[in-house]
Amino acid sequence: MMNRNKNFGRNLLTFAVVIAAYAILQPMVLAGSVSATLKGMLVPICAYVAMALSLNLTVGVLGELSLGHAGFMSVGAFAGATTAIALQQAVASAPLRLAIALAVAAVFAALVGFLIGIPVLRLNGDYLAIVTLAFGEIIKSIFNNLYLGLDDRGFHVSLLEDRTGLAEEGRMIIAGPMGIGNIPKIASFTGGFILILLCLAVIFNLVNSRQGRAVMAIRDNRIAAESVGIPVTKYKMMAFVISAAMAGAAGALFSLNYSTVVANKFDFNTSILILVFVVFGGLGNMLGSVIAAAALTILPEALRSFSNYRMLIYAIVLILVMLATNNPTLKMLIGRTIPKRKGAAESA
Amino acid sequence: MKTLRKTMCMVMAFVMIAAIAAAGATAYADDAIKIGGTGPLTGGAAIYGNAVKNAAEIAVEEVNAMGGVQFELRYEDDQHDAEKAVNAYNTLKDWGMQISMSSVTSKPAEATSAETYADRIFALTPSASAVAVVEGKDNQFQMCFTDPNQGSASAQYIADKGLATNVAVIWKNDDVYSRGIYETFMAAAGELGLNVVSDTTFADGNNTDFSVQIADAQSKDAELVFLPMYYDAASLILSQADAAGYYPAWFGVDGMDGILSLDGFDTELAEGVMLLTPFNADSADERTAAFVAKYQERFGEVPNQFAADAYDCVYAYAQACEAAGVTADMSAEEICAAMIEQFTTMTYDGITGDGMTWDASGMVSKSPKGMVIQDGAYVGLD
Repeated sequence: MMNRNKNFGRNLLTFAVVIAAYAILQPMVLAGSVSATLKGMLVPICAYVAMALSLNLTVGVLGELSLGHAGFMSVGAFAGATTAIALQQAVASAPLRLAIALAVAAVFAALVGFLIGIPVLRLNGDYLAIVTLAFGEIIKSIFNNLYLGLDDRGFHVSLLEDRTGLAEEGRMIIAGPMGIGNIPKIASFTGGFILILLCLAVIFNLVNSRQGRAVMAIRDNRIAAESVGIPVTKYKMMAFVISAAMAGAAGALFSLNYSTVVANKFDFNTSILILVFVVFGGLGNMLGSVIAAAALTILPEALRSFSNYRMLIYAIVLILVMLATNNPTLKMLIGRTIPKRKGAAESA
Repeated sequence: MKTLRKTMCMVMAFVMIAAIAAAGATAYADDAIKIGGTGPLTGGAAIYGNAVKNAAEIAVEEVNAMGGVQFELRYEDDQHDAEKAVNAYNTLKDWGMQISMSSVTSKPAEATSAETYADRIFALTPSASAVAVVEGKDNQFQMCFTDPNQGSASAQYIADKGLATNVAVIWKNDDVYSRGIYETFMAAAGELGLNVVSDTTFADGNNTDFSVQIADAQSKDAELVFLPMYYDAASLILSQADAAGYYPAWFGVDGMDGILSLDGFDTELAEGVMLLTPFNADSADERTAAFVAKYQERFGEVPNQFAADAYDCVYAYAQACEAAGVTADMSAEEICAAMIEQFTTMTYDGITGDGMTWDASGMVSKSPKGMVIQDGAYVGLD
């Protein structure tokens, strides 16, 4: 009972932080008192936060290391942008189109997550990590060679080279390595905010449910979980597919914020970047993921005044913060100044 | 005690970082028009970004020294990534940019051009050659050729000069730039009767071993190999072909420019490589020679075509601003309208071509020059 209350308080705090950030920033954006740099980064920050939450579900709650999460983001980005372009005439309202695009992206990514999950989730630990990495690369290669056009006769798909044979007024949507161009920029900060709230609600509900406890039991000891009759693959698959769906929605939000998107953007480096957010914020710690993703997305931009030394400083700051958050003296200091945090710092 | 010392070390490191942050910037006149641009100053494509930035700096100093229009230049790093380019662009907007030099590379430029179009800031890119950068946007202009233009011009050049009849093409199929050139090259080659005997590809991730592609070209007796790609992959192809004992004629496009300044590359291998570029660093032209000398003195290398395009961008801006009477207190939107009017009507003579003109599409009209690498330097072919 005690434990449950603590969890509840922590979840409430996570929601409070996210809602407070939105409540402070949104009026400032509307009043135009936010710099163009920060304003331009609000939507990507939301996308990265959703990505970090999604990966934290796989790594922190399910306990499996996924190194190909950018692949799901990629599926979502391409599916979402394609949907938004295809519905440009049919659906006039931009927020509605954004919602549909995000939903379609989540469905596609979940589908891909399910297909990938069938072989991958039979593996454990390092093997699973390497195979997810390979799947991330496969998804990248597919999108680099995929051609998708739309004309009045419907969609036309071809692989490797452009054999879509579009009608004169048709539109090439995915053009192989050139990716998607001329994307309608319909992603909004409010949309991103709602996506984060949805992700948090799904994760917290899952973790506190019967299914969530089964998932965590598998994480803590697979053999013990199996021996008490928990169907391991089923629960692993459930968490993995939910995680993929969230990553897909995040990818769609990301791509709809830029006029162009290419498959090479979602490579191994992006997967690792998201993993850095998760590790930085703490495995299984959703509030940590939210803060880490936001802070580490802003940091490289905030360091622009260093010009040539920017990325070096970024790396140094990363190392220092990692050391600082694991330093017992500093933890004690923080614990002393904020007595209430003491318990939380120890359990983290 | 030991943990305390460790803690102190960390605190000191933070303090040192904060100290570096307090670095000063160059002072400019108050009445200077602010020009901003983004480019890959770090990462794999950094040669292009830095060449553009360096040359633009030289040109701005020269323009300012003449006493007419005054410019203030700022470049931000985009690491050849669309997301970071938009961030860099927003940083420049916060700084108060009035005219943009867009982005150096194509995909980032496609992303920032949508922003400059929406914000009504005039943009002239030195080197982003994709059609999508200018397509459908009235305030986006290019100083370089578009990709399709380069492919057909290369085929035309090879056919006109009778360089070869059996041609091999190696291209990068996940790269916008490479594919754009490849497609128009193939179309033009078909019309001009060039016989493409070998057509092979590579992609990110398998761009280090070219033995299959080289063997294919060699076995089919290609006399000339066309390489529509950037210099990094091209340098590997040249050295691996040398190891395989295959010595055809090599023909590149503007991405090949930069191969001579690549660290650790044996320039002997690039001997005889031909490329189509609008800029010739060995030209006897007085302005070109002065620019090359100044660039070499300051940065220790021969400027490439990207540098020359950037140099021309600044001078084209100077000419247009003089003619339109643009002053630093005008808003970006006012300047944008004046610039569109100037660029669609004026004729500009620069170091990458005489009598350049732009039409409403934003694409430049100028004639390319064939170049060949001799004794480690670019020499005009004609």
